[in-house]
Amino acid sequence: MNPHNKSIDELKQIAAQVRRDIVRMVHAVNSGHPGGSLGCTDYFVSLYFKVLNYKAKPFNMDGEGEDLFFLSNGHISPVWYSVLARAGFFEVSELATFRKINSRLQGHPATEEGLPGIRVASGSLGQGLSVAVGAAQTKKLNKDNNLVYVLMGDGELGEGQVWEAAMYAAHNKVDNLIATVDRNYQQIDGGTEEVLALGDLRTKFEAFGWHVLEADGNNFETLLPALEDAKKATGNGKPVMILMNTEMGFGVDFMMGSHKWHGVAPNDEQLEIALQQLAVEAASDY
Amino acid sequence: MKEYTYTEKKDTRSGFGVGLLELGRTNPNVVALCADLIGSLKMDAFKKEFPERFYQVGIAEANMMGLAAGMTIGGKIPFTGTFANFSTGRVYDQIRQSIAYSGKNVKICASHAGLTLGEDGATHQILEDVGMMKMLPHMTVINPCDFNQTKAATIAIADYEGPVYLRFGRPAVPNFTPADQKFEIGKAVMLNEGTDITILATGHLVWKAIEAGHKLAEKGINAEVINIHTIKPLDDEAILKSVGKTKCVVTAEEHQLHGGLGDSVAQLLGRQLPAPLEMVGVNDSFGESGTPDQLMEKYGLSTDNIVAAAERAISRK
Repeated sequence: MNPHNKSIDELKQIAAQVRRDIVRMVHAVNSGHPGGSLGCTDYFVSLYFKVLNYKAKPFNMDGEGEDLFFLSNGHISPVWYSVLARAGFFEVSELATFRKINSRLQGHPATEEGLPGIRVASGSLGQGLSVAVGAAQTKKLNKDNNLVYVLMGDGELGEGQVWEAAMYAAHNKVDNLIATVDRNYQQIDGGTEEVLALGDLRTKFEAFGWHVLEADGNNFETLLPALEDAKKATGNGKPVMILMNTEMGFGVDFMMGSHKWHGVAPNDEQLEIALQQLAVEAASDY
Repeated sequence: MKEYTYTEKKDTRSGFGVGLLELGRTNPNVVALCADLIGSLKMDAFKKEFPERFYQVGIAEANMMGLAAGMTIGGKIPFTGTFANFSTGRVYDQIRQSIAYSGKNVKICASHAGLTLGEDGATHQILEDVGMMKMLPHMTVINPCDFNQTKAATIAIADYEGPVYLRFGRPAVPNFTPADQKFEIGKAVMLNEGTDITILATGHLVWKAIEAGHKLAEKGINAEVINIHTIKPLDDEAILKSVGKTKCVVTAEEHQLHGGLGDSVAQLLGRQLPAPLEMVGVNDSFGESGTPDQLMEKYGLSTDNIVAAAERAISRK
């Protein structure tokens, strides 16, 4: 059971607030990764305010009896931190410490400082799927019927470990796992198809033995049913993959659709424009 | 010099296999993963008796380390098994981020470490693994000396919460430590009390250090021989106490001098108790094909090398 279980209208308001948090967080320290964070905001908000079964307090590292979420592309930490705070894992005011000295909100997610909601460090790419598969196998051993979710970036699929884990999960019928690829077609140096073409990911993952779904990651009306379909596809002997099309920088027009905002913070003027575009009925900025 | 006897030579990796099997029977949270080397790692018995807790990963060590990290979430204690080379150098970043930095309770169990892997040659003879692992914050590094001690160490690390690198090897070596020993992580084992020189040895070099102690005794030199099975955390207290008495020291290990036991001892003594130090180990070179004995001789890791190092250290007092 999701502790918030919000309506679509409410999810939209939360998403706008989270996007405000993201641009303010990266602006405040003039560093961080707004592009992918904005693109994946609707996915994170859907998970934590509608889909996942979890308890925010007290946070339980072992997560027994809960769904688990892992973020493999740890650089989009701003969206995760904002959503965790707003979902009740820690105080929203702590978002102001992002990337600063002595903070629990490290540049990339970590367990070292004990931030609730984080179960493994990520940042060096390609490792999250393996971790999620391992956690899913422990859930099976523990006869815990909850699910394990993991999000990866599409550029990250260049890492060989992802495909090791993809082979392993299918071979071992890890069917309590829902992986998602943020298919925004962008990575640091340019388009994914120019840097190192990923090609037809549906065919690739199907050939690896996965059940593959596609979703629009920036539209709650279609994303929520897709997440529901993914859940229904579990338990059938195959790991489940959602190829989620998103637009990098979604919600801020000058950041949209370009790899240039992968890891660049807005200046003062750009922040103001962004916040105007991310108007919320009752904004509660940290 | 105290006499140590043994009835048979056994490989340390088999000590791991027997210890793992016992853990399977006593601790339901212990799970095992292997990257296509079940026979080499002696994991067959665990696999046969506990198939539901055994995971064949295939030739995909990076994935194995990530899987192990994930399996800890929910309370399992994963033991990964592959060669030392593929347990460390091949997967350093996975261990660093997903296991050490994330504080995961994974036991990285590594066989065929060092030159004594023998004929396979330098591609497989890793001599840098201890250095890589001891540099990682949160990581405990253990290199037991014989079958019985490897078995005891395997059992002991399951009760310790945190990542551990357990290093062992392929060749049959004298099995002289007690079968019923209690393994204490971080606690050096005194093998012979002496007054003239401290010999600190780890892994396969421990038996050679005992042999060296006898040879030195014939020359009228009374050596103190200590088994340093845990390289990190190092038993500072035992080492400082011994060197405080003997005033000089030799370290012996099947590893590069850079980054090994000798390097840790040098740091400790340099800061707290400067004393003549000689190090027996591989001196900045790769290994090669050959029999274990030939290789240990050629790369300066023999009993006579320890004797000569001891005499050098004593002469510098």
